[in-house]
Amino acid sequence: MSDLEIVHKYEVGDQVAEASYHLTRDSLVRYAGASGDFNAIHYRDDIAAEVGLPGVLAHGMLTMGLAVQPVVAWLGDASLVSGYQVRFTRPVVVDPVDGVQIAVVAKIGQLDEEAGTARIDLTTTVNDETVLGKAQVRVRLP
Amino acid sequence: MAVNPELVGRVFEKTNSYLVGREKVREFSRAVFSSNPVNLSVEAARDAGYADLVAPPTFAIVVQELTLGQLLGEEDAGIELTHVVHGEQRFDYSRPIVAGDELRAQLNVTSVKMLGGNAMVVAESVVTDSEGEHVVTAVSTLVVRGDV
Repeated sequence: MSDLEIVHKYEVGDQVAEASYHLTRDSLVRYAGASGDFNAIHYRDDIAAEVGLPGVLAHGMLTMGLAVQPVVAWLGDASLVSGYQVRFTRPVVVDPVDGVQIAVVAKIGQLDEEAGTARIDLTTTVNDETVLGKAQVRVRLP
Repeated sequence: MAVNPELVGRVFEKTNSYLVGREKVREFSRAVFSSNPVNLSVEAARDAGYADLVAPPTFAIVVQELTLGQLLGEEDAGIELTHVVHGEQRFDYSRPIVAGDELRAQLNVTSVKMLGGNAMVVAESVVTDSEGEHVVTAVSTLVVRGDV
């Protein structure tokens, strides 16, 4: 045994993961099938226009679902995730031809070393505009 | 059609048991761009100490969706699906969902607020396993857009 004691491995502001995802209309159809959310605004331009939306939107839950992936990969164990919340602040419009690119950066927003827990804040952007607000993952530190 | 403010406090019947299937977990995992081996490989999941494939954190929405179906299907709810936009979502986990779980969920409408022409409906679904143990609570804020 060494008498070296690691006081902390992490600091608030540390980036723990980042990732980028390309969404296409195919991604939306795939997610609709997987999740059971068949709201037509996620695959029909005419219905999206009819209800006054700027275009076919990605399911908020798809964005939320992929945004947490880099954090889970960093943790290496899903049971370390104790909570996850997001606010859907800006709709993610998915162009029928070009799709859309979503970038995720995960940083430590709050740290409780004694409890061994942290709040991981996600910055999720499309064309440098944030699409999720208050996106927070509560974790037990690995 | 307007959202019925009397939905607040309404507690729905527990949903029928939902059996979490391996292929459903794999399908969902791919749909949310997971490359985590425990979501896709039974061997990897078992090596990590789980009984079977582990579902990604947002998988609980699949079970919650059944409860939201109950809400939308309520004759006096006044909620039109194409007018619904997801405002906020929260999950509080006791443990991850794994393949083989038999889950039931119970919906409770905790708040209905009017904001401009829109209605904000907060729906809380408590998901439990076959032992009745808490697995996850999923809370959705639905924005029901007024006539557009």
